[in-house]
Amino acid sequence: MRCLTIIALMLLVLGYAAAVRAAETVNLSDNGDLFDSGRLLGTGGVTEVEGQGGGGVVPWALITGYGTRDSIGANGHYSYVYLPNYQLHSFGAATGLFNRVELSYSRTTLDTGATGKALGLGAGYTIRLDTLGMKVKLFGDAIYDQDTWLPQVTAGLQFKANNRGSLLRAIGARGDEGVDGYLAASKLFLSESLLLNATLRMTKANQTGLLGFGGDRLNAYRPQPELSAAYLVTRQIAVGADYRFKPDNLRFAHENNWADVFVAYFFNKHISATLAFVDLGTITIRKNQEGVCASLQIGL
Amino acid sequence: MRRCKLVFECLVFLLFILAGPSARAEETLYDSLGGQQGVQRIAHGLLQRVKSDPRVTDKFENINIEYLEKRFVLRLCAWTGGPCEAKGASMKGIHAELGITDRNFNAVVEDLESSMAEAGTPYHAQNRLLALLAPMHRDIVSK
Repeated sequence: MRCLTIIALMLLVLGYAAAVRAAETVNLSDNGDLFDSGRLLGTGGVTEVEGQGGGGVVPWALITGYGTRDSIGANGHYSYVYLPNYQLHSFGAATGLFNRVELSYSRTTLDTGATGKALGLGAGYTIRLDTLGMKVKLFGDAIYDQDTWLPQVTAGLQFKANNRGSLLRAIGARGDEGVDGYLAASKLFLSESLLLNATLRMTKANQTGLLGFGGDRLNAYRPQPELSAAYLVTRQIAVGADYRFKPDNLRFAHENNWADVFVAYFFNKHISATLAFVDLGTITIRKNQEGVCASLQIGL
Repeated sequence: MRRCKLVFECLVFLLFILAGPSARAEETLYDSLGGQQGVQRIAHGLLQRVKSDPRVTDKFENINIEYLEKRFVLRLCAWTGGPCEAKGASMKGIHAELGITDRNFNAVVEDLESSMAEAGTPYHAQNRLLALLAPMHRDIVSK
């Protein structure tokens, strides 16, 4: 836990050091502005549930923010999910470096409300998950390469730490820290005003890590596909859907795939708001966790 | 059951949006932009904007904007399936010496978006034109 936090801080510092070094060699002399917000509106996506650039519950291959290949983008987000038996809060910050590398940090809190009491944990018991995210664009450009089918492909990592180790062991999870790795492919079909994304994740996380990593039913990495589609209604409005397959590692409670439909409104390059209807299935002893998610992203 | 319903709704939604564009793909983009008049308005609006856009104005120094506009109208017309023939140097050749950056390119795209909005170009026709121009990024951006 403490170890992960230190790694997270080191990576953020390293990222900025690399950025500052790189900034000396790129085209800043030419109308230079390190935070130029030079990319086109909406092309940074929004912030997904683990704090990375993407759709509602799926990280995309796009690098967050509006930095061009000569500049840096950065943003912060707050998301609130209201479910029948839980509430979920998430806040974090992310930065995109030269439209190539993305670093992010987010803290997600699951408030168990009355369910905590039913589980014998006490009413209002909360579980916290910290996620440090990194991704690197490997090849392709989702926006410019309109004359090919080649998508933008990105490799990503998510280092996660949960603060409730003893509870997690009690419910059959094997660990309170875990790492997810994924490959994401995104393509904007601009003539059709349609963005498609497919992500393949290797993970052991239970409920993204909120219920720990690995379990008494299964304790191994398994590939899980995640899909998103977004339709650009106007220059400022996108509507879409995500579907995320998830493992089912714990004996004490089943875990379901996640789905959502969303509408995102880009006020400008600095502020966007997303409203989603989410279906998170069963979470511990509570079934049919269908609810609403509201998310706000503010960027440089 | 409720989960099935949601997934079903998502699929219907996807089908709907995928089927939408192809139904009206028959007219050329040139027509969707409003023909010759539309193309002229878009080109005029764009060049007026870039002239005074601080992000790119230095790239248009010593360039005859009126002449450039005429050439650009001709190319737009030809690219979008209109009754024109565009001759002349390649996009790569034209821009090679200018040292265009990613930021310059996107600034012009934003000016083009504003110009199309002002010309009353429907949003999805705007995207079809941008889709046509976007791959030129690799020929135009040289820095």
